[in-house]
Amino acid sequence: MKLQLQQVRKSFGGKVVLSDVSLDVDAHQVVCLIGASGSGKSTLLRCVNLLEPIDDGAILLDEVDISEPGLDPDPVRARIGMVFQSYNLFPHMNVLRNITLAPVKVLRRRQTDARDAAMDLLGRFGLADKAHAYPDQLSGGQQQRVAIVRALAMEPEIMLLDEITAALDPVLVGEVLELVRELRAGGMTMLLATHEMGFAREIADSVCFLQEGRIVEHAPPEQIFTMPAHDETREFLARVIASGRL
Amino acid sequence: MSDTAEGPGAAASVPSRGTATRRAQYERATRRRSTLVAATSTVVVVALVIVVVPLAPGWHNVRASFFDGHTFRQSFPKLLDPFLLNLKIFAICAPCIVALGMLIAMARNVRSPALFPLKLFATIYTDVVRGVPVILWITLIGFGVPGLFHERHWYTKAVVWGGAALVLCYSAYVAEVFRAGIESVHESQRAASRSLGLSSGQTMRSVVLPQAVRRVVPPLMNDMVSLQKDVALVSIIGPVEALRRANVLVQKSFNFTPLVAAAVLFLCVSIPLTRFTDHLLTRERRRTTGTAVA
Repeated sequence: MKLQLQQVRKSFGGKVVLSDVSLDVDAHQVVCLIGASGSGKSTLLRCVNLLEPIDDGAILLDEVDISEPGLDPDPVRARIGMVFQSYNLFPHMNVLRNITLAPVKVLRRRQTDARDAAMDLLGRFGLADKAHAYPDQLSGGQQQRVAIVRALAMEPEIMLLDEITAALDPVLVGEVLELVRELRAGGMTMLLATHEMGFAREIADSVCFLQEGRIVEHAPPEQIFTMPAHDETREFLARVIASGRL
Repeated sequence: MSDTAEGPGAAASVPSRGTATRRAQYERATRRRSTLVAATSTVVVVALVIVVVPLAPGWHNVRASFFDGHTFRQSFPKLLDPFLLNLKIFAICAPCIVALGMLIAMARNVRSPALFPLKLFATIYTDVVRGVPVILWITLIGFGVPGLFHERHWYTKAVVWGGAALVLCYSAYVAEVFRAGIESVHESQRAASRSLGLSSGQTMRSVVLPQAVRRVVPPLMNDMVSLQKDVALVSIIGPVEALRRANVLVQKSFNFTPLVAAAVLFLCVSIPLTRFTDHLLTRERRRTTGTAVA
């Protein structure tokens, strides 16, 4: 699975949110998006998942343009896993139903098969005893891990993670990041927006710094974090360090 | 409220095992006081009603014509059968109202441009139906529609069209309740569902509607309580249900007590229904906010 963004443009009511964003994510690569709030990270991820239509440019998945107007978005989304900052689990379903809903409805799996697969995944990530719990009964970290498992149950070819630890307290961040590390070890292609600079540095194959909807710098983490080529990147990282987040 | 202000009594505030803390004692005292106030004021008000109302110059006549024990005992059993008709109308109308209300709410929520006429129709329907008094709809439909047919069939009966009028009116109100519920489900739930590849229809059925329905159960029950009473309105076009029967008994006995007996019958159903609604409301509040605020 290879994801390519070509000169993607997006604006909301005259305000430009993404301007000429071009970016490649190769198979089994992990690309981290960093930048201040409002720099366009979330919008970029939402555009890739076709939750927001783009104004101009193209988004290619394995050389096929998925941003083509009129294209049915559902089969595309079924191939892409997305995890949100606020978990967005379905509160009226228990963990198991949250996970099996899409495989049963979209992939037409049999209920029993979907359950077995879900239990496998839950077991792998230490959540087997939570299968019958409701989201409200779980901690934030557990909810976010379930949300990741829910996306994984669709056997996605790429995962989009939108600041998935931003709503968690520091103690719970670790368990979610550990899960992402495991995904990376398993060769999952990932595009993730994050405020955890240390984590980005550790896990990313390349890091993208966004500012006001533009990609200012795209480079391997060692370079971005030790000798950034642009003043804006340097200023941003200086602010991050000053706030104690790196 | 500084620590030093407590003086010699401060030592007593240290919680010790076995005895209640000062805070708990204070709260218990407050609780006891409010129970006492509530009980006293209830007794006073009830006593006043019992003492003051009979002092009115016409009380003797009113008691004889509204609260006559003999007439009550005679009329009450005669109202039971007609009241069964009320319950039947209610039992048939209620599910139809919920189903139709749901359909209209969904029609108002469609986003596809091809279905715009449906949306327009649903909007006009709720506006027009809610803009006319229920009693007027019952009269217009109950007398109007059977007039279309020359022969008498089961479907030309007034009670059928009276019920249909109730369904028409209440489904418009219920549709608004459902619509509010659908709109209260956060956009992020749709986003999560769509991002998993579910279509907009699947998202509606599996994610949005179940949450919406759960949230609107209490207001829906409110509508059902008022439907249960408004069934009596059907009496104006002919069917002999409890209210009409009570009116007939009033004419016969020259006494208004049968109406009071009918009121008692309605209360027998609506009070449990109301209490049940309150119970649901409290439970919902506790579930969504974590605690119930007095």
